[in-house]
Amino acid sequence: MSYRTTENLKALISAQGKILDVFETSGYLHVAPEILQPAEVFLDQSGEEMRQRTYVFTDHRGTELCLRPDVTIPACRIYLKRCPEADQQARYCYAGPAFRFHHGGEDEGRPREFEQAGVELLMHEDDEAAEAEVLSLGINAIKAVGVGDFAIKFGDLSLFASLIDGFDMPDRWRVRLKHQFWRHEALDDLLKQLSGEKLISSARFDDALISSLRQTELSAAVDLVDAHLAENDIPVAGGRSVEDITQRLLDHIADIDATPLSRNIIDTIKAYLKINDNPHNALRQIAAIAEQAKLDISAALGAFERRLELFKDQGVALDQAKFSAEFGRNLEYYTGFVFQLEMPGSGVTGQLAGGGRYDNLLTGLGAPRPVPAVGCAIHLERLLQAVSARLS
Amino acid sequence: MTEKIIIAVPSKGRLMEQTADMFISAGLPIERSGHERGYFGQLSEFDDVEVRFLSASEIARNLDSGTVHIGITGEDLLRETIPDCDEKIAIEKRLGIGPADVVVAVPESWLDVATMADLEEVSLEFRRKNKRRLRVATKYVNLTRQYFALKGVTGYQTIESLGATEGAPAAGTAEIIVDITSTGSTLRANNLKILDDGIILKSQAVLATAKNPGLTPEQSNVLRSVVDRLRG
Repeated sequence: MSYRTTENLKALISAQGKILDVFETSGYLHVAPEILQPAEVFLDQSGEEMRQRTYVFTDHRGTELCLRPDVTIPACRIYLKRCPEADQQARYCYAGPAFRFHHGGEDEGRPREFEQAGVELLMHEDDEAAEAEVLSLGINAIKAVGVGDFAIKFGDLSLFASLIDGFDMPDRWRVRLKHQFWRHEALDDLLKQLSGEKLISSARFDDALISSLRQTELSAAVDLVDAHLAENDIPVAGGRSVEDITQRLLDHIADIDATPLSRNIIDTIKAYLKINDNPHNALRQIAAIAEQAKLDISAALGAFERRLELFKDQGVALDQAKFSAEFGRNLEYYTGFVFQLEMPGSGVTGQLAGGGRYDNLLTGLGAPRPVPAVGCAIHLERLLQAVSARLS
Repeated sequence: MTEKIIIAVPSKGRLMEQTADMFISAGLPIERSGHERGYFGQLSEFDDVEVRFLSASEIARNLDSGTVHIGITGEDLLRETIPDCDEKIAIEKRLGIGPADVVVAVPESWLDVATMADLEEVSLEFRRKNKRRLRVATKYVNLTRQYFALKGVTGYQTIESLGATEGAPAAGTAEIIVDITSTGSTLRANNLKILDDGIILKSQAVLATAKNPGLTPEQSNVLRSVVDRLRG
């Protein structure tokens, strides 16, 4: 279904022009990423969650293609084509359509074919300065179209990570905790297991095998597992070696024997996740929590504080902002600072704009070195809805 | 408005035979129109009912689109084909025919994987080492996504498989599978094991009706009496 009348087509074109004008006068190069993208590289980065919302098809040569569900990855692919060594700074802006399938059906605020405009700032030197630049660009672009009374929501995935890194625990527990950050129930369950509140059960594994592996070195354990497989006529399959399998069994035994996470650590993690306040209060609360837990997260806190100062310098209205510890975007590739601009109570559902830091994406796309990256995308249909909500 | 009430029944195999028997026990034998291999039939007692012989997956699709009002097919196909199945389809009776489970199965050599939570951890490690996601071969792409999301497993990708799914891990086209099994013997023969919490759906043949069939009140009454007779 098309929601586009001649009138709102004109509004759309005019909004695109104003937004690109803000971006280009700030030194961003207007790029035109392809709408048709190779499906595999794209879906591999965004995960199955995004895959079921992506239009995938096969061309006459049998190549799997998709209609881009987002413009960030296509823009990053342009960067890698122009700069294969990934050693130069780039400021890109774009405006154009993206496509997503909505299982519940489409509507005016969520059409399956929607217009996105945004910026990507790649290979910058100063992280917080880049974040402030991109956030204020997003805000200025929205203001240029005529919306000023939005709310800003922040999050920071690296704060949670530095909290977890600060505690004493096995590395593999850190990996698991960071991974489950997104999911309430799974995180809760994991905390219960790691704190000993819930027993780690071996019932699911072969008893005799587990006890034979106790107190063996990896190489001896691999031999035991090899022998167990041979004895039971089980071929090794599924792309995982006997070493991989043995290592995880040894990790499991180590988990049972490890000192559980203390009450103090669990309480600190839970207290942190509850923080939802204006940014300065949130900063104070996080500092207090860290101090009480005798944790040194000064680097992450320093970055947070500096970011707020730079936001202020850029004219970001922090009284419209809230920091939420739990806020993480559900696109898998964000790694640090995240934000979104929304209009609660206006009838416009979902964010007007959103973005954040995605430092691992470009290496995932084949960059030969890590590329620090921050971006922001504006959802034009919703922005125009917000404009008309203000007018009426 | 539809002229006739359409009942769709499986067009081949054991399921076709057992369905025919069920209609006979209900006192409603299906009479094939034309020659014996025809794809249409009728019930002598109900003039305004037409019987169609279709494949089980077509029956699920047609119940969803509304071109069939009563259907006999597998619950697995209904749930895979129709995203909001519980809202659109009423399961009138589970027929006890062809019971089988849709399950998540992994290579038996994965001695360290027994639950979906193990699978999630392994998928992380797998991606780190192999620079790609764990591949799940299945013809149940939708059921797989729903169940994996429910269990918090994210680091995978589905590979559509339209036959001999259980051979995929050995052939190297996928690491794990989601497939239907009645005794598990095919899985065992292919050195695969079902995860402890890997049963996605306990399926069997069902008698199903569309919840909003778009029929007249008279037709709805007829539909109800046919269904009641079949439910026994």
